[in-house]
Amino acid sequence: MLTLLLATAIMTGLGVFFGIGLAVANRFLRVEEDPRIDIIEEMLPGSNCGACGEAGCRAFAETVIDGAHAPSACTVSSPEGIEYIAAFLGVDAGKQEKRVARLHCAGGLSQARQIAEYEGFKTCLAAHMIGGGGKGCAWGCLGLDDCMVACTFDAIHMNDERLPVVEPDKCTACGDCVDACPRDLFECLPISHCLIVQCKIPLEGEQARAICRVACDGCSRCAQDAAPGLIQMKDNLPVVDYAAGGPAAPEATYRCPTGAIQWVEFSQFSPRASASVTGANLD
Amino acid sequence: MTAGVLGRTFRHGVHPREHKEGTEDLALERMGFVDRYILPLSQHLGAPCKSVVAVGETVTRGQLIAEPGGFVSMALHSPVDGTVAAIAMRRHPNGQMAQSIEIQADAFSTQRMSAASPVDWRSLTLDEFITHVQQAGLVGMGGAAFPAHVKYKLPEGNRCERLLVNGCECEPYLTCDHRLMVEQPDAIIRGVEILAETLGADSSTIGVELNKPESIEALRRAVGDRGSIDIVPLKVKYPQGAEKMLIKAVWGEEVPAGKLPLDLNIVVNNVGTMAALADYFDRGIPVIERALTVAGPGVDRPANLIVPIGTPVRDVLRRCGLNTQARQVVMGGPMMGTSLASLDVPVLKGTSGLLAFTEDVINHTAEYACVRCGQCLEACGNFLNPSRLARLASAGRYDELEKAHIMDCVECGACTYTCPSGVPIVHLIRAAKGMMRARKAKES
Repeated sequence: MLTLLLATAIMTGLGVFFGIGLAVANRFLRVEEDPRIDIIEEMLPGSNCGACGEAGCRAFAETVIDGAHAPSACTVSSPEGIEYIAAFLGVDAGKQEKRVARLHCAGGLSQARQIAEYEGFKTCLAAHMIGGGGKGCAWGCLGLDDCMVACTFDAIHMNDERLPVVEPDKCTACGDCVDACPRDLFECLPISHCLIVQCKIPLEGEQARAICRVACDGCSRCAQDAAPGLIQMKDNLPVVDYAAGGPAAPEATYRCPTGAIQWVEFSQFSPRASASVTGANLD
Repeated sequence: MTAGVLGRTFRHGVHPREHKEGTEDLALERMGFVDRYILPLSQHLGAPCKSVVAVGETVTRGQLIAEPGGFVSMALHSPVDGTVAAIAMRRHPNGQMAQSIEIQADAFSTQRMSAASPVDWRSLTLDEFITHVQQAGLVGMGGAAFPAHVKYKLPEGNRCERLLVNGCECEPYLTCDHRLMVEQPDAIIRGVEILAETLGADSSTIGVELNKPESIEALRRAVGDRGSIDIVPLKVKYPQGAEKMLIKAVWGEEVPAGKLPLDLNIVVNNVGTMAALADYFDRGIPVIERALTVAGPGVDRPANLIVPIGTPVRDVLRRCGLNTQARQVVMGGPMMGTSLASLDVPVLKGTSGLLAFTEDVINHTAEYACVRCGQCLEACGNFLNPSRLARLASAGRYDELEKAHIMDCVECGACTYTCPSGVPIVHLIRAAKGMMRARKAKES
């Protein structure tokens, strides 16, 4: 009985002691935090996607209050939500162009040559590491869903060609798919950048076309047809640099013999069949 | 160390069926010359080498065609008389495309090598010796293709007390090292003597598994009564050929995690490497060919072949009668080798075998959830927890993988072999390691 009472007394004593300690610490060691951080965090989507470049929504809220970011740097919020934050802080909402993840490959199942059958652990990373998967192209999309799994916003779905279709409405350009792709095929581009090079094969001519029907064979016709300086050829691939020249126009894609460069205003590939490829059929 | 009548070995490990009976009695044959050779500039670990020839240039057999691109890099020599047809991207066995030198063989050449004068290795200092080994293009012939000279560069404070030579050939199907030991024991012993004397090693030991009594006999006969080289018979177990396992088996000593055998003042080399070393220092022949085993139910005429480096796999398999039932071709052994996506890839310096498998021997076991049976822990020679590594790898938790010692995994495949649920453990670990390497490269 005595043991029981003693134990109770000790535990109570300890509780009171530490309770007082915490109360004192709370009184004297308190860190004042801007109360607006909590409020703005509440207003943000809370997806912690990282598209703004910060570690998460709370870190973003702090930078918005500091003025380092305009509220519109959050690409996940609706325009109304951003206006609301701007009005609350009394700052300008800022302008942020919508960006979308674009794939630098169009070599779906019926376009890229299959040289082997890949059997085994079904992720792009594993296939890339072991034998490079079944596709003859060492640079193209492996089609084993790594980006779809990585996408927090359900914006990526694989079509019948095993190519990832990014829904521009849902994509927030957070960059998760860019990190997930073992072949670095994704790039987050402003939606106004409509000239998309859908190939990464650095080979030339026949060699490239032997691998894939929609390969870029480095003919440089797009570079000739675009505004001067807009498209430069590098490693047998066109590089579109909007800062160097312009304006961009769909004419640059008209003479592409394989359809490797495309004028994309909305989604890159159709969610269903292979109708997305408008280039000449080489067979 | 389990010494005794049965020979020594290490703890853990597995006993896969050996399948060596098909080729172990077939003498080494020379593969004829084909018309085209592909030599990737990166066929060893480390920096790729730099081409020193131009397209259209005539090259002779054994001529230097690419020089080392750094210290951890190798020289590359032409395996044939011919002309350089292209220096361009070609398919590499790892599934990528890599910069390679393509040589069109001269159909009218005798392919006789002009005898280079042997190098007087006794007069060389250790640094000169290392440069010579690098210039010879010598890599570890066991399979990993690690530049051999890097192992001989002893860091300050270390010396080579013991030289250990690996004649285990623990991979199923492979018998090329066995044939080398039976047919060229003198070259191997000669290589060991050259290396031991140059490095100043106190003792030299060759570890051979007991399923190769002929090899043990041949090596013992070659050593004769000199007695300076110890031939140690080892109990058959996989992965005994992994250098840390071999050290455990022979001396019962443990190389600590993250350390190299050199930290215990031990240098480990394969028997093939020793023979190639002797070839260079006695006869002036750089690494332009290697022994490999072609086997498996997918080929009609299995063989142990000496193949010029750069020969397309398709030509090697055609010589050995690749049949129509073949469904999968593996480069290397069945435990650690990789499946090839294309047969238009070349034989590399590290290619120890080409195995063709038919549908009935390919394992199609479906993957089930891990049942926590612990068999993979019993199998792992490095005493890791493979099931935990696999779970962390599939979840992409790379920081925790690092703490779980993923980098100590040698990817021997014993865990996958023993897993009753068919979890592709090593595949997951390899993918995770690749991702971690890519991340590190991005950060720096």
